[in-house]
Amino acid sequence: MKTDNKTNSHVYWNPYFGGFLLGIIIIFTFYLTGRGLGASGAMKSSVVTIVDQVAPTHAENNAYYSKFISKDDSPMNTWLVFEALGVLIGAFISGGLAGRIKWRIQHSPKISSKRRLVFALGGGILFGLGAQIARGCTSGAALSGMAVLSTGGFITMLAIFGSAYAVAYFFRKNWI
Amino acid sequence: MGPLIPNGIISMEWDSIIAIFIGICFGFVLESSGFSSSRKLAGVFYGYDFAVLRVFFTAAAVSVIGIYYLDYLGYLDVSQLYVHPTYLWGAIIGGVIMGVGFVAGGFCPGTSLCAVAIGKLDAWVYVLGIMIGVFLFSELYTFFEPIYTGYFMGNITLMDSFGWNPYWIIFVFSIIAVVAFAVSDMVRKRVKKVFY
Repeated sequence: MKTDNKTNSHVYWNPYFGGFLLGIIIIFTFYLTGRGLGASGAMKSSVVTIVDQVAPTHAENNAYYSKFISKDDSPMNTWLVFEALGVLIGAFISGGLAGRIKWRIQHSPKISSKRRLVFALGGGILFGLGAQIARGCTSGAALSGMAVLSTGGFITMLAIFGSAYAVAYFFRKNWI
Repeated sequence: MGPLIPNGIISMEWDSIIAIFIGICFGFVLESSGFSSSRKLAGVFYGYDFAVLRVFFTAAAVSVIGIYYLDYLGYLDVSQLYVHPTYLWGAIIGGVIMGVGFVAGGFCPGTSLCAVAIGKLDAWVYVLGIMIGVFLFSELYTFFEPIYTGYFMGNITLMDSFGWNPYWIIFVFSIIAVVAFAVSDMVRKRVKKVFY
């Protein structure tokens, strides 16, 4: 039976085609702006903004938040925040065209939704922490770093995938 | 001569508009490649789906070849591009923590944004987690500061670190990528299929 998008919404692009286009986007980004892509930066800006709104004195006294706060501009007014908004729009268009938009919790049939959400929260906390320590995530540090042959980009990439493979065994029940 | 915005060929006012446009392209390609599905992403660690490896390394190879080719042709000055700085232990420790988070949560920040956009509730929780992680880092900044700012080696590239010729690095990197694609295909055929 031939499966296409009408019968199965989980048919995706050929990964090499997707990777090729992603590479073109990275070239284009460097060509226009001189910098690479990023994703965790927008979340950092959101946290800085929230803390700055809730407890402005605390934010100013903290050595980390205060790096990103200036008197005359919102910490949300950065390139990466606009880029992240674009990512949401682009993914929404793509998902909409393929019929994939739906409220749901995706998890392996062997685990409960609750377990999935607990691990998602824990994984997110670790990723958020790690992305700050390494000054970027898979997009900002590894992918954009590798595009200009940054040593740090390669180290971060190897560390992410190395440790993920090393601990994958302990999380296997969640996925297979 | 690129990069266009830093050299004033396109004015700074376009910066945010270009950011949204690039973001849309980025999000569209990630989502269409299946990166909004945590089970597809996690497949790379268990051998049932190598989309992450293929998309990621194809993108890295294409972008590095393209950037250096544009430099060779004189359209883009590589020396003006922002090079991600190398803080040796920050990169290693941060990367190791991110790796554990990747397997536990099944997303990285960029892919979780795609999944958020199509309504995956686990991705919403994951993004909340990232923000908590950033919050923890900021609150405990004095504790993390030695690794965050220490072992700084500058905005170095592999050429600075090892003295290799960039074109050879790119050539060898592309060969490694192609070999990795072939090996991943062999592994995938041997691993029990997982439907998701």
